[in-house]
Amino acid sequence: MHLDVNWAVKWLTLCAQAMAEHRVELIELDRAIGDSDHGENMDRGFQAVLAKLGESTPETPGAALKMTAMTLMSKVGGAAGPLYGTAFLRAATALGDSAEIDAAALAAALAAARDGIVARGKAESGDKTMVDAWTPAVDAARAAADGGSTNVLGVLVAAAEAAEAGAVSTDPMVARKGRASYLGERSAGHRDPGAVSSALILRAAVGAAA
Amino acid sequence: MTVSIVVVSHSEKIADGVVELAAQMAPDVVILPAGGTDDGRIGTSLEKVLAALEQAGTSGDGTGTTGMGATGTVVLTDLGSAVMTAESALEFLENPAGVLLADAPLVEGLVAAAVAAQGGADVHAVRKAAEAARGAAAQPGPGGADSGTEPVSSAAPDCTGDFELVNQAGMHARPAAKVAGGLASLDAEVTINGVDGASMTGLMTLGAGKGTVLHVEAWGADAERAVEYVGGLVEAGFGEP
Repeated sequence: MHLDVNWAVKWLTLCAQAMAEHRVELIELDRAIGDSDHGENMDRGFQAVLAKLGESTPETPGAALKMTAMTLMSKVGGAAGPLYGTAFLRAATALGDSAEIDAAALAAALAAARDGIVARGKAESGDKTMVDAWTPAVDAARAAADGGSTNVLGVLVAAAEAAEAGAVSTDPMVARKGRASYLGERSAGHRDPGAVSSALILRAAVGAAA
Repeated sequence: MTVSIVVVSHSEKIADGVVELAAQMAPDVVILPAGGTDDGRIGTSLEKVLAALEQAGTSGDGTGTTGMGATGTVVLTDLGSAVMTAESALEFLENPAGVLLADAPLVEGLVAAAVAAQGGADVHAVRKAAEAARGAAAQPGPGGADSGTEPVSSAAPDCTGDFELVNQAGMHARPAAKVAGGLASLDAEVTINGVDGASMTGLMTLGAGKGTVLHVEAWGADAERAVEYVGGLVEAGFGEP
């Protein structure tokens, strides 16, 4: 099984659904340790992606992700815009013009996305950021793909489960990056909203392939 | 034709306001604001930044008719995610080589950069002028002999000069802008009473009034020209009473 542009379009559509459904939850999480705009911003960003998909149909998965990058960077407004924008952009670059994505290419694209987030935000594992969802997801995806598996769905599931566990792992962490870092010790006991939205995005990728 | 400048801020009002402020001191420099989101909220927009960079890259001749393009663009930003958006914009540019991001305080840095650009400085010197404003802004009060902004050089200067301020207002903003702007385009490290001569805000922290003697030390290929440049301006009272 390979992933194609139909998967990419469905993934982005499911992302938009997930952000709309979890908008209030993300706002609440961000209110605790940030500026409470994450749910609003992610919802607005992916609604704009949805609108773009309505205007024209991308020809390749890479083209769909590049359009998403551009749209998120322009419409999200907060720090999540350039961070997710860079993630989608680097993933698009990794995929190139390929019409189909196999397990190895998928794992490589996820790694490129994570590397983009790290390069842009300068956060490390344990800083209580979306990196704490992405790095375990990339490790799990690589492990699944390196096993010689040609099962892209298996890679996506591994990534999503690891990202969800990674998001939960941010609960006790003390934030060292972003607005939450101003709270210091008081940021412990709250889940990082960026890690949660990252897990939602990766879970949507599973839904699109299922 | 001068280096152009793009300002990326979370607030449209901040971007527009600071551009207005800097334009007063650098009337020939193309300075473009990219503030707020597309729909006027607080935030930054890649589209706005890309549009400003595009415009900056094609309107450097000041008329927009010859298509010669500026000799480069310096980008100033405010808070963290404005930096990220500006960096992202560079990833989208086909030719990002002539675009430099400055790590500088927005207001002081922009004014210093605009003045340097007005003086004909190249893109690297304009960024340097902006970043030199950071040290000056952080440094407490006048004086500056121990400031972190002075060029670290233990060698004897290649050229020195002492000039007494003769104009009534002394080293205020406009004279400081003229001195810093001119020096930024020369191949010389210059200190004036211990502060970086290419830093407009550094010069203003001297608090030098009429009658103050400016001790100029210069190192580098253009050392002599640099001292002559400062001396000429000071002795002419910067064209002021």
